[in-house]
Amino acid sequence: MPRVGLFIPCYVDQFYPEVGLATVDLLHRYGCDTDYPTAQTCCGQPMANTGCVEQAAPLARRFVEIFAQYDYVVCPSGSCTAMVRHHYEEYFHGDATYARLRERVFELTEFLVDVLGVQRVEGSFPYRVGLHQSCHGLRELRLARSSETVGPAFNKTRQLLESLDGIEFAELTRPDECCGFGGTFAVNEEAVSCMMGLDRVHDHLQAGTQVLTSNDMSCLMHLDGLIRRQGQPIRVMHVAEILAGRAVEPLPKRHA
Amino acid sequence: MAEELTVVDHPRAAAKFVRDDARAHWHDQALWFVRVKRDRMAQSLPEWETLRAKAAEIKAHTVGHLAEYLEQFERQATALGAKVHWAADAAEHNQIVLDILQRHGVKQVAKSKSMLTEECHLNPFLERHGITVVDTDLGEWIVQLRGEPPSHIVLPAIHIKKEEVGELFHRKLGTEAGATDPKYLTEAARYKLRQVFLESQAGITGVNFAIAETGGIVVCTNEGNADLGVSLPKLHIACMGIEKLIPRAADLGVFLRLLARSATGQPITTYSSHFHGPAPSGELHIVLVDNGRSSILGNDDYRRSLHCIRCGACMNTCPVYRRSGGHSYGATVPGPIGSILNPARDPGRYATLPYACSLCGSCTDVCPVKINLHEQLLTWRRDIAAAGKLSWSKQAAMKAAAFVLARPGLYRLAGKVARFSLRHLPRLLLYGPWNPWGRQRELPRAPRRSFREQYARRPKP
Ligand code: SF4
Repeated sequence: MPRVGLFIPCYVDQFYPEVGLATVDLLHRYGCDTDYPTAQTCCGQPMANTGCVEQAAPLARRFVEIFAQYDYVVCPSGSCTAMVRHHYEEYFHGDATYARLRERVFELTEFLVDVLGVQRVEGSFPYRVGLHQSCHGLRELRLARSSETVGPAFNKTRQLLESLDGIEFAELTRPDECCGFGGTFAVNEEAVSCMMGLDRVHDHLQAGTQVLTSNDMSCLMHLDGLIRRQGQPIRVMHVAEILAGRAVEPLPKRHA
Repeated sequence: MAEELTVVDHPRAAAKFVRDDARAHWHDQALWFVRVKRDRMAQSLPEWETLRAKAAEIKAHTVGHLAEYLEQFERQATALGAKVHWAADAAEHNQIVLDILQRHGVKQVAKSKSMLTEECHLNPFLERHGITVVDTDLGEWIVQLRGEPPSHIVLPAIHIKKEEVGELFHRKLGTEAGATDPKYLTEAARYKLRQVFLESQAGITGVNFAIAETGGIVVCTNEGNADLGVSLPKLHIACMGIEKLIPRAADLGVFLRLLARSATGQPITTYSSHFHGPAPSGELHIVLVDNGRSSILGNDDYRRSLHCIRCGACMNTCPVYRRSGGHSYGATVPGPIGSILNPARDPGRYATLPYACSLCGSCTDVCPVKINLHEQLLTWRRDIAAAGKLSWSKQAAMKAAAFVLARPGLYRLAGKVARFSLRHLPRLLLYGPWNPWGRQRELPRAPRRSFREQYARRPKP
């Protein structure tokens, strides 16, 4: 039984515990033993993406110390996984512990598909689902082929979702445009960020999305914030929640 | 120039652009349309990724041996009868061009599109010395008539609607009032520009590719205006950045296939004009300009930005550029590549540009010469922070966050307080001018217990 260290992003820990719990259920379903090291806080991405490498460095070092012991480290976020896999090198400069850890850190759906070899997920989800490809999962982890590049199409997350009974997909006019979250970008460039988000929401509305999902709760936090402010009839769920068979919360009264 | 002294405030300029929602969406759609055309063209070539890799390889090689290739180019171009000039910066470039024009007693120049001359602000310089410059690329001419800089490097007037062009032409060229038919307006421009071509005593062009092996230069246009501009006059001045070099004529095929497909979704630009030496009894001057490029060359982090072939694809794909407009970048080259090149020139003035980016990486995937644009933008943030050019509030916020996050106990407490506040504080306190997140968005619905608390309490399997 592989021993999986749960890397739960700080904002998921605090605001979206159900996403972490769904991740745990899935990992158990596919035969993993999970451990949640409580010393973990944040991978340092917000600081690094602001350019504050001095502030990010100690967090990166803590992370590697805490997670070095596991067979695998699994995270329900493409963005945080990409931070550890692709942006830690400048803090470690060829350090062997990090180099070993780096090969064993996975985003949840890629772990299921690439490491555990999961082909189908049992369960049903009779909804029209809009899959939001989060950018770091898409273009840094290559969880799917991006629309800019040429080559055979693949999509690890969609492949898992597709195996659920009754699921339908909303086909977007812009299949992988950024939602505009972008970490501190969301407040630093608030106007553009919100316009980007609303454009995504409208694309999902015209495509008939009932449930909007993604590998990244951060994108969904931004999109859900816009959806709820505008009272749009879309529910937001993380991919882990759908795959783990969680129920869809009913829409507020006015849409019923 | 007064504009040069101010600091570019991208968030502010962008917010202003976004405020006109209909126009911002129109702008976004117009550029997205170009991106879609580009996708169709790229997808039609199964060897697309191989071409990109090849182009990146050729550029890396050229940039790595730039001095040798420049010397080879100078030798070959000179052997063909061209005169090669070297300019260390914009001022030298402008002076060289002025000297040549004055020597020939030139009063009016027909200039085809050249982002380098925009970068050097050549037009106002020549005008100050009594020389009239007419931009003969239709888009560039439109922005010139409006007295503003281009907002895009390939589509200089993409921010202007046809109604506005009709208005402008009515005022400046005397076309019918209220005319909006693009065909009619283009005809009018064409008529006027033909006169310019007939009257001008010199032609200035940019350069898309300079071939070291042959000493020839290649200029790509869709309107044929580069050819027209240099056909009648005896004098042709071609201005180029030193990074425009490619080693061999055989390499051209790779770049011509990538350039037009990436730029406008055409299989090839309508005119790819080759100039090998001057026309019979004419003069060809080639001005090679550094203007900061060699210092980028010396920097491992940003060297690859010199691969750029100025196709504009990173602008068309950039979700921020499409929604903030080219002018919000306050520079000749806007968008992702501009946000790398401009801070290299003046990090203080352009400090907000690397942050005008959600780090989505679409630019990196679209770039035909595989510049790691979004990674370089991230690296710029590091350099801007290190240079102390980050705003005080950003620095303080990041320091405070890092302090808390390095202490699990404090982190748990902060999380608890945040969740409690989100659940219990009145809306009035949560949503106010101090909360830019909440201006258009709801805050997350905070749970009573964090994941870690629930994980610890859950029944063990
Ligand atoms: S950086 Fe790449 S995509 Fe952008 S203009 Fe240059 S070549 Fe084109």
